Amino acid sequence: MGAIGQPLRRIEDRPLVTGRGRYAADNNAPGQLHMRMVRSPVAFGRLRGVNLRAARAVPGVAAIWTWEDVKELPPIDFRVPNRELEPFRQSVLAHNYVRYVGEPVAAVFADDAYAAEDAAELVEVDIDELAPYLDPTMEPPEFMPGTRAEAAVLRKACGDIDAAFSGAHAVIELDLAVGRHTGTPLETRGVFARVDPASGTLVVEGAAKAPHFNCKAIAGMMDLPLEMVRFHEGHVGGGFGIRGDVYPEDVLVCLCAWRLKRPVKWTEDRHEHLVAANHSRDQRFRLRAAVGADGMLLGLDAVIFSDQGAYARTPGLTAPDMACAMLPGPYLVPAYRAVAHVRLTNKTPAGTYRSPGRYESTFARERLMDAIAARTGLDGIEVRRRNLIPKSRMPFGRGIISLGVSIEYDSGDYAGLLERLLASIEYPALRADLSRRKAAGERVGFGLACFVEKTGRGPADRALIEARPDGSVEIVTGAASGGQGVETAMAQIASDVLGVPIERINVVHGQTDRIDAGLGAFASRVTVMTGCAVHAAAEALRSKAIETAAAALAVAPDKLRLSQAVVHGPNGASVSLADVAARSLAGGAPLAAEGRFRSDHMTYPYGIHAAVVRVDTGTCGVHVERFAIAYDIGRAVNPMLVEGQLVGGAAQGLGGALYEEFVYDEAGQPQATTFADYLIPTLAEVPPVQTLITEDAPSLHNPLGIKGVGEAGLTGAGAAIAAAIDDALERPGAVTRLPVTPMRLHALLNDGGRIIPATG
Amino acid sequence: MNNTMPVRFKVNGKDYDIQVEPRRSLADALREDCGLTGTHLGCEHGVCGTCTVLVDGQPVRACLMFAVQARGKSIRTVEGLATGDKLHPLQEAFWAHHGLQCGFCTPGFLMLALGALEAEPDISDEDLRHVLSSNLCRCTGYQNILKAVRAAAREMRGA
Repeated sequence: MGAIGQPLRRIEDRPLVTGRGRYAADNNAPGQLHMRMVRSPVAFGRLRGVNLRAARAVPGVAAIWTWEDVKELPPIDFRVPNRELEPFRQSVLAHNYVRYVGEPVAAVFADDAYAAEDAAELVEVDIDELAPYLDPTMEPPEFMPGTRAEAAVLRKACGDIDAAFSGAHAVIELDLAVGRHTGTPLETRGVFARVDPASGTLVVEGAAKAPHFNCKAIAGMMDLPLEMVRFHEGHVGGGFGIRGDVYPEDVLVCLCAWRLKRPVKWTEDRHEHLVAANHSRDQRFRLRAAVGADGMLLGLDAVIFSDQGAYARTPGLTAPDMACAMLPGPYLVPAYRAVAHVRLTNKTPAGTYRSPGRYESTFARERLMDAIAARTGLDGIEVRRRNLIPKSRMPFGRGIISLGVSIEYDSGDYAGLLERLLASIEYPALRADLSRRKAAGERVGFGLACFVEKTGRGPADRALIEARPDGSVEIVTGAASGGQGVETAMAQIASDVLGVPIERINVVHGQTDRIDAGLGAFASRVTVMTGCAVHAAAEALRSKAIETAAAALAVAPDKLRLSQAVVHGPNGASVSLADVAARSLAGGAPLAAEGRFRSDHMTYPYGIHAAVVRVDTGTCGVHVERFAIAYDIGRAVNPMLVEGQLVGGAAQGLGGALYEEFVYDEAGQPQATTFADYLIPTLAEVPPVQTLITEDAPSLHNPLGIKGVGEAGLTGAGAAIAAAIDDALERPGAVTRLPVTPMRLHALLNDGGRIIPATG
Repeated sequence: MNNTMPVRFKVNGKDYDIQVEPRRSLADALREDCGLTGTHLGCEHGVCGTCTVLVDGQPVRACLMFAVQARGKSIRTVEGLATGDKLHPLQEAFWAHHGLQCGFCTPGFLMLALGALEAEPDISDEDLRHVLSSNLCRCTGYQNILKAVRAAAREMRGA
């Protein structure tokens, strides 16, 4: 049996359970400096001056920089070039204006972390406060003289929207919003940079997500030749899309190490993280839907407001673009028009948080499906059944382009998965039980949400593989790992071809000096893209091994086959892969090969989330009693890791639905700046998550048929929980905004109204 | 602030003599002065529990305790769990049950669970859930952590 599909335990775990992981803050070198940022205490203002006199007097301070010291650096650019967004890029230190609480204004470098923090507290920042812009649904002010604070207006459309509305049985209008959330990995950001005395190169530890891009970007900003900079990814304490973009602090650490020729270390604290690392979500949807009497969604007209925060960051427009592109989701929606206003407010800049644009748009779309059910008197599940894209229409495209790629759902049986989910949760019995409990006075309810995911972003990946005489295999990829199990997944794919046990396979990722290119880890891409490159590399290695073995055994290659790391020939003749590697090396060349994979299409797995909640009308708390996820992944490389991604994602999605939110006051002061305010779910809030992982619809776009799973645990969670709360309250359409905090639920229960505050 | 004080404590059975400022946290002392980087810092304000270590057998958030407060005490960290190459049942169980992804919160959960199971080997499931809800994990959704600790508890009772 091949290694693909086995729930093997991970090869990365031994160092992690024994305390021998090497995370960013675990790097140290003699003579190192520690960086501490001085950040803007106000949301918007004119920066008049920075007084460093007292700070400079603190013992151990080596340097303090303001914009004057770094003004030759260009602002931070985007991963995908975007001319339209260029005026909104962030400089590494504030210049003329500060635009959010937390914006870096000065950087202190000292020989002790405590001393750096002492000195930073003595830096005096003189700012003339200005009125902040906090509500992106309001007309945007000027960002700079002559430039409006609207970074972009995205438009996507298909079908005849006017005809859809003129033929509609009913028109439904909804105003929906998802709050401001982010990934908050348990490891805060960190960078460690030093100049290697032997080679004179700048070596940077703490890379994540996109080490090759970041290396090139920072080398470019510092005007260094690319070969003078090396990025290394160690262990990464969670990424979730927000870690590993190029941030001001990364550039400052590198520049200081280069200028002062001393190792420089920066470890973010949690308070900084919550105001300085990318935020995400925070989208408002104004939907108009043309609906048929039979519950069919004939046309959808959407206006979206996306709160970008103070600057455009490395991921550019990914989140709002995905929201527009994926809002129609798994439904036919013959006519569609979306306009997204991406506006710059005086809040922490936004980037991509796991399931960007999909968590939000799934909430909006599934609220609409429930509204259609309420309006037509049909059951919500029946409305979905009718509108789901049938299997016979696959592959299905709307002619919509997102991030340069035409969206075409490659395969799927959406209705089939819905029936399987309902069977697995024993839906009729569940409904009967809920009815009994409702009759007994309990506020309990059920909700579900259907979605399509978008995974495996290309366009290309490359992997190097080498078999060694000791029986081990090394795979070098351009991928990155945020801790999801990338090494195990890659090893299983190679093991499937070679038969080498995964424990004997070493998987390299995130090292810019080991492979010349790599796109890293985002958009649930690694298992699909890097995995297929590893598969191609392993197949190429197998061919080479067979050729070499053929010479050794004096047998024609087509008589040989590789199985369990041994090349077998006729009549019991055999030679191990290790011996083939030794023979090859003795002949002057290692037994090595390269694999490439290219795809201009993404893959589109799909799923359904279902939730049962109980509302406590006394405390206005919502307790999620049950949560179920059905997900078709095409082909699961390691079902245990797939389940881990889904269950962990569900906890994050639940957090966004009920607890997590970056609230700002009217002066633009962030109100969630500790883990006592930004509430991540604990075990007490997260129920067991029932998973149903199916392989009904392999991808057509890669030889393994695999699709990604990195983000799908979140995508429908907010929508399903919202629907379940509606059902518990027996008030269809009650929930219009996430998270449903006790305050919001209290307002719903007591005022009977819906509230969408302008901010926060 | 460079008035430092001598502190002696035991970590994983070994004596450490360090010289620290009174304001230095136990977590920083373990990581920077003792070189034991297995104890991680997730929030430095006592919410996430990532830095949990055992001080005289009690789970403690090492970010909320000063190093000088640990004077004369016996501390256990994740580095002391395994015996040579032989993993502790909790470590084995976290591995077998996929109770970790990025691994950053893992040392804190291991020490939290160890403290709970050593104090109360027959801990009820309800109490165990209650104890484990004091630390944060952002990757796993907790279910596999719970499974792992339950399995380790069985193993530890049988051993």
